[in-house]
Amino acid sequence: MSATLLEVENVHGYYGKSHILQGVTLEVREGEVVTLLGRNGAGKTSTVKSISGLLAPRTGRVRFAGTEISGWQPHQIAQLGLALVPENRGIFGLLSVEENLRIAARKRSPWSIKDVYTIFPRLEERRRNGGGQLSGGEQQMLAIARALVNAPKLLMLDEPVEGLAPVIVEEIVAQLKQIRATGIPILLIEQNLAVCTELADRHYILELGRVVYNGTHDEFAADEITKDRYLGVNAH
Amino acid sequence: MIYLFQLVNGIGLGMLYFLLAVGLSIIFGLLHFVNFAHGAFYLLGAYLAYDMIERGLNFWAGLVLAPLVVAALAALTEIVLLRRIYHLPHTFHILVTVGLALMVQELVIILWGPVGGNVSPPEALSGVVMLGDFIYPQYRLFVIVFTMVLALGLWWLLEGTRLGAVVRAGSESTDMVSLLGIDILKVNTAVFALGAGLAGLAGSLAAPIRGVEPFMGVEALGIAFVVVVIGGMGSYTGALVAGLLVGIVQSIMTTLWPEGARLMIYLGMGLVILTMPRGLLGRA
Ligand SMILES: Nc1ncnc2c1ncn2[C@@H]1O[C@H](COP(=O)(O)OP(=O)(O)O)[C@@H](O)[C@H]1O
Ligand SMILES: [Mg+2]
Repeated sequence: MSATLLEVENVHGYYGKSHILQGVTLEVREGEVVTLLGRNGAGKTSTVKSISGLLAPRTGRVRFAGTEISGWQPHQIAQLGLALVPENRGIFGLLSVEENLRIAARKRSPWSIKDVYTIFPRLEERRRNGGGQLSGGEQQMLAIARALVNAPKLLMLDEPVEGLAPVIVEEIVAQLKQIRATGIPILLIEQNLAVCTELADRHYILELGRVVYNGTHDEFAADEITKDRYLGVNAH
Repeated sequence: MIYLFQLVNGIGLGMLYFLLAVGLSIIFGLLHFVNFAHGAFYLLGAYLAYDMIERGLNFWAGLVLAPLVVAALAALTEIVLLRRIYHLPHTFHILVTVGLALMVQELVIILWGPVGGNVSPPEALSGVVMLGDFIYPQYRLFVIVFTMVLALGLWWLLEGTRLGAVVRAGSESTDMVSLLGIDILKVNTAVFALGAGLAGLAGSLAAPIRGVEPFMGVEALGIAFVVVVIGGMGSYTGALVAGLLVGIVQSIMTTLWPEGARLMIYLGMGLVILTMPRGLLGRA
């Protein structure tokens, strides 16, 4: 078994007085793709926000590559190589596609701007367009590309194919496979089970701010009861 | 012919207004911070240049040094005080910065007295040139050329450099900028200091034209807000267009109807607020 890269240990998180994360524990190892599943409002987004410092954990610990990062500022955590592609994609509409990439690009990143244009050819075609002029799928691609040039050691993707047309979903899944093949670990939040099945090694299920299930992909695939109980879907 | 003369005058005045206002506008765009102390930076820039030149420093050295000191003081104020109140409602911004502006103004009166003074333009630019039938001070022509070069440089800084892209990005989402590993607090300080430094420079440049007096900051603040409101909050081009517009209107009015110059400008601002609340070139 490979070394643990990200360790989230009993993290509690609050929005004002509402206690949203109630002791989340999970880990991501080198080279792994792990999904975080769960119904709307379960706390998936809050979990990655607490990892990236946008919602500092009230108690509990987050360790990355052996360094304790709980309580760090978001930019310090990002500089360590923890890259979050947020739910809303966070594309800067006033900046061109290329500027969106340029402000994120770091020399030490394994991916240059040219490299991400190879993975996402649509972005190169639209490099001079404003971020605000992109379609939803293109925005998602740009958000992922921007994380790649930012020298990530672990990617966190919050519902990357949410609300996109099936052809675009297929395109992005193929691109994610290409990225996974480089060995970079990924923590993926996803509602679409078919997508998870294609990409992930392991799954966590979150409910009411707690991890209620943790299993390998094969265990999970065979476990209709769990899928029904926590996700309320009949998987195929 | 008198109109050509006033037009040239208005352009010079307008470029100074642009320098004065552009910082206020960018600071608002990035930090959503309402800065009533902005005129105080202009005041300080003028007085520091005046003081340095009075003490025998070379004019050009004063022109460079005074805005730099203003920028440094602004950075310090931002780090120690202002960044702690960005998250509060605008009324708090106004309270704190009006207080700051008054303190600076009083300090100026204590240090340099209530009367004010004059600054002579540098030797090399103390002559005149002929504009058709009119004689025109060389220094004023210099101000026009210098501010135009500066405006171009600033345009390049905002549109062509990474820092400029980060500033535009920050005006959309500071969280996302942080998620890319950029320390937004440092960017904020840099932008605040830049805006204040430009206001200080406008003050230093204006000193040989209009002299210095302790209340010039209040007047400058009024003009800066008019320019930002007409041009649109957060817009570089807006500040440029509105600065020139206000400068030219004000200048031409001094020939037509001097008493109405100010009325015209505030009337124009009212009209813009009523018809396009975002300003001529403001964005949503
Ligand atoms: N900014 C916020 N302020 C207050 N409550 C929030 C905020 N963001 C999310 N919540 C609440 O926290 C819970 C978890 O939300 P979230 O982490 O977004 O869930 P998920 O991503 O799994 O759909 C929800 O009940 C949601 O209403
Ligand atoms: Mg979510």
